[in-house]
Amino acid sequence: MKLPSFEYLRARSLAEAWALHSDAGGDAVYLSGGHSVVPSMALRLQAPSRLIDISQIAELHGVELQDQTLRIGAMTRHAEVLANPLIARHAPLLSRAAPHVAHPAIRNRGTIGGNLALADPASEFPAAVLAMRAELEVMGPEGQRMIAADDFFLDLYETALIPGEVLTAIHVPLPPEGRLFGFDEIARRRGDYAMVGVAAQADMSDGVVSDASVTLFSVGVAPTRATAAQDALEGAPLSSDSIARAQAALATDLDPPDDPGFPAERRLQLARVLLGRVLTRMEAVQ
Amino acid sequence: MTLHIGQSQRRENARRHLAGRGRFVSDLALPRMLHAVFVRSPMAKGRLVEIDTSEAEQSPGVVRILTAAELNARCKPWVGTLDHFAGMQSPPMSILAEEEVLWTGQPVAMIIAKSRAEAEDAADLVMVDIEDSEPVTDGAAALQDGAPLANSGARDNLCYEALLETPAVNEAFADAAHVVEASFTFGRHTAVTLEPRAVIADFDPSSGALTVHHGTQTPYQFQDVYARHFGLPEGKVRVIAPDVGGSFGMKLHVYNEEMGAVAASMILERPVRYVADRLESFLSDIHARDHIVKGRMALDAEGKILAMDVDDLAPVGAVSAYPRTSAAEGNQVIRLMGAPYNMPDYRGRLQVAFQNKVQTSQYRAVGHPIACAVTEALVERAAEVTGLDPFEIRARNLIADDAYPHVSATGYQFEKLSHQASLAKLREMMDPDALRADQARLREQGIYRGFGIASFVEITNPGAAFYGVGGARISAQDGAVVRMTPSGDIHCAISVTEQGQGTETIIAQVVADQLGVSPERVSVTTGDTATTPSGGATWACRGAGIGGETALRAGRKLRERILTLAGALLQADPATLRLEDGAVVDVATGEARITLEEIGRVATYRPDTLPDGVDHSLTVAHHFAPSGYPFDFTNGIQGSLVEVDVETGIVRILKHWVVEDCGRIINPLLVDEQIRGGVVQGLGPAFFEECQYDADGQLTNGSLADYLVPMACEMPDIEIAHIETPTEDTILGAKGVGEAGTAAAGAAAMNAVNDALRPFGARLTQTPMTPLRILDALDAARKQRTDP
Ligand SMILES: Cc1cc2nc3c(=O)[nH]c(=O)nc-3n(C[C@H](O)[C@H](O)[C@H](O)COP(=O)(O)OP(=O)(O)OC[C@H]3O[C@@H](n4cnc5c(N)ncnc54)[C@H](O)[C@@H]3O)c2cc1C
Repeated sequence: MKLPSFEYLRARSLAEAWALHSDAGGDAVYLSGGHSVVPSMALRLQAPSRLIDISQIAELHGVELQDQTLRIGAMTRHAEVLANPLIARHAPLLSRAAPHVAHPAIRNRGTIGGNLALADPASEFPAAVLAMRAELEVMGPEGQRMIAADDFFLDLYETALIPGEVLTAIHVPLPPEGRLFGFDEIARRRGDYAMVGVAAQADMSDGVVSDASVTLFSVGVAPTRATAAQDALEGAPLSSDSIARAQAALATDLDPPDDPGFPAERRLQLARVLLGRVLTRMEAVQ
Repeated sequence: MTLHIGQSQRRENARRHLAGRGRFVSDLALPRMLHAVFVRSPMAKGRLVEIDTSEAEQSPGVVRILTAAELNARCKPWVGTLDHFAGMQSPPMSILAEEEVLWTGQPVAMIIAKSRAEAEDAADLVMVDIEDSEPVTDGAAALQDGAPLANSGARDNLCYEALLETPAVNEAFADAAHVVEASFTFGRHTAVTLEPRAVIADFDPSSGALTVHHGTQTPYQFQDVYARHFGLPEGKVRVIAPDVGGSFGMKLHVYNEEMGAVAASMILERPVRYVADRLESFLSDIHARDHIVKGRMALDAEGKILAMDVDDLAPVGAVSAYPRTSAAEGNQVIRLMGAPYNMPDYRGRLQVAFQNKVQTSQYRAVGHPIACAVTEALVERAAEVTGLDPFEIRARNLIADDAYPHVSATGYQFEKLSHQASLAKLREMMDPDALRADQARLREQGIYRGFGIASFVEITNPGAAFYGVGGARISAQDGAVVRMTPSGDIHCAISVTEQGQGTETIIAQVVADQLGVSPERVSVTTGDTATTPSGGATWACRGAGIGGETALRAGRKLRERILTLAGALLQADPATLRLEDGAVVDVATGEARITLEEIGRVATYRPDTLPDGVDHSLTVAHHFAPSGYPFDFTNGIQGSLVEVDVETGIVRILKHWVVEDCGRIINPLLVDEQIRGGVVQGLGPAFFEECQYDADGQLTNGSLADYLVPMACEMPDIEIAHIETPTEDTILGAKGVGEAGTAAAGAAAMNAVNDALRPFGARLTQTPMTPLRILDALDAARKQRTDP
């Protein structure tokens, strides 16, 4: 199918982006990598009259080490996420998620900001950002806001962004030495959206888990924090016992959609299997 | 002299494609060309109440909106039956739905606009009022008493029915030491060609001539179809198939949209272009397979197969495809059952049913994968009950290599096959003892691997018995015109066509060898009814076997001409001369006497210097139709090694092996690539590809985001070996190879998955074998163990 006609405008600054957006009276969409917006327009699922290209705005670029956090510009392409050594060191869940995101051609264009703003529930990065307890830097005409990842992903394709606001960067708190990370997904084909996925991190002190963060994706309308599973791990050594408790706790944490092609019970089962594998690998590293 | 037949050569056109210089229908822009988009039925079944185009007509760029009253009147309806399928019925089909819509996606109106995008904008504004009714979606339900009609133009929902039976089949089952049985479900899938269907119809009212640029594999068939259905003299119809990006059988059927483009061009007297987008491809390209098969196999105490008894139910959509029908697939399913084996008795029953889905029809390896999967799964069960290993039970039952000619229980005649040699070769390649040892060792670690094998035959080089006898105007013969240019180069215009498989390359190799030149000096033209002789083109595996033989014989005819001319020039007996390295050579001394270039120069520019009465025409034509055996069967065997993650149902396909006998191999590289591509198209529907419908007859996964095609990461290494048993029906001795890979890949894979799951007693009998189906099978087996 062909895209319906639309106006394309490139913003040189955030102020210009906001102005172009408010001019259009709500009928405008920001364009970053375009790998979700453009296909959805071609499928005529979406027909905004204006596309505002924000890809050249300076504030959205760059990966830089700051005081307490790693700041990853929203325009950082998936391919850069995959290759960047600072991200590998300080935000390893993103580097581990990146190879699962689509294929090289898409990773060359797609951006982490676009990906998080879209908030596809089957997408890898939102769950990773949630697991890392990152903060999202958002700028709008009213000023800057920092939103905790836990407060950002609200519902199906719905985030805490208010119309016109731009997601400018992701701030990942620098991890302490020895933090354990785990990421994996089950997908029919390499590069597909996952049937289910897990991102997890945990700190160990005196041989017991002190700060477990476990999130899942493709299990509901948004990336989901598994609080009961976290509690099951907290304060105990990472062992087959605690892992089994965490797996069992998923029944409390998750309420997956039930569809005839993929019953809820199966999704829960796969989530348990995958969580078990991810935690077991973390246990082995430790 | 080096022969080129038997040498690997890259596809001559690959470099051009890689360089982005392909010329596909969609690369063509004709002056005053318009673009078509179809408004499609959103429902699977219903009565068309009203189509309101008034708002759409005002949309920018719209030139005309055509509805059934105007469009259908231009085109004689088509009926997808063949005489040799006795009792078959299929209601006539026209371009647009008139009163009744029969499947989701059926065209109901046609928008013609200055651009495709504008036509799509307008399509959104057409109001279609359909009173929907309950669709018939399930094949088995379609045939139950009192089922509503899928198509009110039909007597009932039974499109076609056939029964094949040998006299002693009941006795065979009664006397059997073992009977194994199972039911199978094979999903629908579709071709997913890289280039979707594309057509530009260009009717010129000043001459009354119709030129259709059509991405098809069978241009002559469409020349005939367009002439007859649009009431034009055949001589006024030209069909040009330029580069075609894959076809696999999907592009030889008559579709509403292409017929619509022709009709619209005749109405508007302007070129009209229709290029399917990917969503339309899923909704309107033919789908493939879709079978529910019940099978039984009788064996004696030694594990010898006595008989098979199968029942195939094949729902095919609301009408049978034209002009080849939608019954040919099922017909081949019941005829290919047990074909590799010595099997004295057989009963096969086929029921082809109408339903409200897009039609199914011929796709690569028509019927083969179904017959092969059923047969080979039953052989695998037979191995279990008799305690024989998979290689041993096949060795006991495969037709012996010295037992030819052989007639199968279903009536197929085999000239000469090499099943036993192929089996032995496969065993060598796979080393099953080592695989078994690995399997046992890994099971201890909770890793479940399995391997499976599957023997097959493939129908190639079809004669007129295939369609011609049924009254279809589908050619089993091919023609070539071969000429030598004034510079001594060779040109061959031939009726077989190219869709990426390398037809032009092998034709050049064959012609080159007849004329003692290198293939680089042979240029080949295909795909244009105005510049090549008419013939069957590409279908059912015939390019190498029939096209190659046509080229060979035409080349030899030209060789005789050249040698006669050379004899006259050299005052030598032509019998003492031959062609080698671009020259005429003395047979006795090997000495080059005169170059082709010099002969070309004399024949073209100085014919006056030739002795009187010497024919200097260096253009010859030859047509060839297969005779002798009605088809040339090929054979082979495949093996598959998989690892099943029993907690997630995900399968890793670790390795695939193929031993294949396609007779004379013209180009080993292209033969191997045919096999590899074919294997992937067999593994696709075994694990990934499925057109999923809901109960309302809606296709729920009709995009590449949801319909999973196999991709490189998921595909295994495919190791290939050959046995060469040339057919004696032709000089060349080549048979076909295009469908061999697809024929048995899925069967081998299903046996491999079931071998991996053996410790759990779980068994898959449905394709695709998705992770959820594998988990379901494991659960069912667990349940049976705990509460039998
Ligand atoms: C074939 C294919 C396969 C894919 N597979 C996967 C996969 O496996 N996993 C996965 O996660 N993704 C996958 N994707 C999606 C891909 O990652 C997208 O590129 C990504 O989700 C969106 O990023 P983008 O930069 O392209 O955003 P765009 O398409 O430009 O924008 C997406 C949305 O976010 C908004 N937006 C963009 N940037 C900002 C911003 N800075 N602030 C506020 N709003 C913004 C846009 O207005 C739009 O609504 C796939 C895409 C394709 C085409």
